[in-house]
Amino acid sequence: MRININTVSKRFGNFTALSDVSLEVPEGSLTALLGPSGSGKSTLLRIIAGLERPDEGAISIDGQDITAARPQDRCIGFVFQHYAPFAHMSVRENVAFGLRIRKRPRAQIRARVDELLSLVGLTTFSEQRPHQLSGGQRQRMALARALAVQPQVLLLDEPFGALDATVRAELRQWLRRLHDEQGVTTVLVTHDQEEAMDVADRIAVMRDGVIEQVGSPQEVYDRPASDFVMGFLGPVSTVYGQLVRPHEVTVSLEPVAGGIEAMVSRIVLLGFEVRVELELPDGSSARAQLTRTQTSELELDRGDIVYVRPPFSGGASPDAALARLTA
Amino acid sequence: MRISRRATLSLRAIALLYLFALLLAPLVVVFGRTFEHGFGIAWAWVTTPAALSAFWLTVAVAAIAVPLNTIFGVGCALVLVRGRGRGRGVLDVVLDLPFVVSPVIVGLALLLVYGQDGWFGRWFVDHGIRIIYAVPGMVLATIFVSLPFVVREVAPVLIEIGDEQEQAAATLGASGWQTFWRVTFPSIRWGVAYGVVLTTARALGEIGAVLVVSSNVPGSTLTLPLLVYQRSSEVGPGSITGAYSAATELAVISLIVLLVMTALGPRRGES
Repeated sequence: MRININTVSKRFGNFTALSDVSLEVPEGSLTALLGPSGSGKSTLLRIIAGLERPDEGAISIDGQDITAARPQDRCIGFVFQHYAPFAHMSVRENVAFGLRIRKRPRAQIRARVDELLSLVGLTTFSEQRPHQLSGGQRQRMALARALAVQPQVLLLDEPFGALDATVRAELRQWLRRLHDEQGVTTVLVTHDQEEAMDVADRIAVMRDGVIEQVGSPQEVYDRPASDFVMGFLGPVSTVYGQLVRPHEVTVSLEPVAGGIEAMVSRIVLLGFEVRVELELPDGSSARAQLTRTQTSELELDRGDIVYVRPPFSGGASPDAALARLTA
Repeated sequence: MRISRRATLSLRAIALLYLFALLLAPLVVVFGRTFEHGFGIAWAWVTTPAALSAFWLTVAVAAIAVPLNTIFGVGCALVLVRGRGRGRGVLDVVLDLPFVVSPVIVGLALLLVYGQDGWFGRWFVDHGIRIIYAVPGMVLATIFVSLPFVVREVAPVLIEIGDEQEQAAATLGASGWQTFWRVTFPSIRWGVAYGVVLTTARALGEIGAVLVVSSNVPGSTLTLPLLVYQRSSEVGPGSITGAYSAATELAVISLIVLLVMTALGPRRGES
């Protein structure tokens, strides 16, 4: 189901959490709301869920206005950062909750819960209490609970934030597979750009209550709409005031067209890659990221004079970029 | 901090002595005096018509006050902790009034409001309803003094469990009522249970407020505490034994309430 967010604003006292936000989440997509804490991404998700009311604007699912609808009437599944398991119920009862509320026949509930428990790999844990599960298991239980009622929209609030790195990567893959199989329109909130790039097919980058850019992972990474988006999605370096990705900076020993003279001030080994720290003639510093092979071919050493050339930014012509660089 | 063995022992001794002197010794003396002329005499004193009437009246007053205060208390705790409206600060303060106002003043206040010349008193008198110097006034007084216990036990539990489980239930389609019974109540039930125990104990034992609004007629408007009070101030053979017998009866009822609740649930720390 398609979600439309139309000029939504939300304030908490003096703090503006969302300011005139509009976004369309296409049917069947997995969209990530990506941004630092306080950017309004969780508030936006909670507004879609109906857990918060927008001060202004409207929300619709599949063309139907749901701005005033209660959470229980929205046909959504919501997964909380800290899972919010029902502590006094077993895993099975947790997953069955939504179906029991809907008064489905017992046999049907049993079959559906069994199916979900095996989908999330918790069949052997069905009679345990949530506190007996690990963080990853609790998260999978929360997902099964949300999926049990076959929601039109699945909303995930920092779902992997409280897990360790290995489990997080595993669950990400699992979520992606699940999404591909079930095709439920999904919105995921995260502050982790790697996570967003990994699972989402669309990313909305948020900052200070505003959406800075929406696009595919490749679009927002390769053609960032602002310095903020560029900086948030990957490492950046400044060369004469221009923001560049360090791995896109070319380093050569001979003068090249558009190249800037620089002195190598430090070489840092980062495993497969090497970070070269440079000092430019105007005294500013910049960084380039090279592979080890490139570095050894260049025989770089501290104090060497090299020529660096930043990439030409997407829209600007090479000449204009050059003029700006050398101005 | 390290405490020497000697200091530990003397601290324990002081604590035990304190408990004994203030809690156990008086109880033991009451029990002892109750049975000093034999069990049969004590039993006779608690089975007089006045004593039986007092017993049933005490139970009846508690049976009205405790459920009402439980429902009201849980509701108030939900409003205080989960509500968003204004005036919660005022409610919070008002709820503590029964803790800080002397029960005698509560009785007098009821007299002023519901008495013959009170605010609403006239209306009730005109409609033939007697509140002051009758059982309804005693129930009101008991409700007033035992009001805050459930709220004060339940509110901290509500704060501790947070509202994420309730939000999760809402996103899964549960109505407010379903969420309360299936999610909130199971999480706060031990807080409610302790609140009920404290409310019951207070309702059974209240004397100050009830004394003011009761007509203190044996056999009709005497509760057990009032019976103890009346018998202990009477002169005459054996009446002091009667007072002790009623006191023991009251203490036993309260202990049973406490034991039943303790047996039913886990300790305060668990959940």
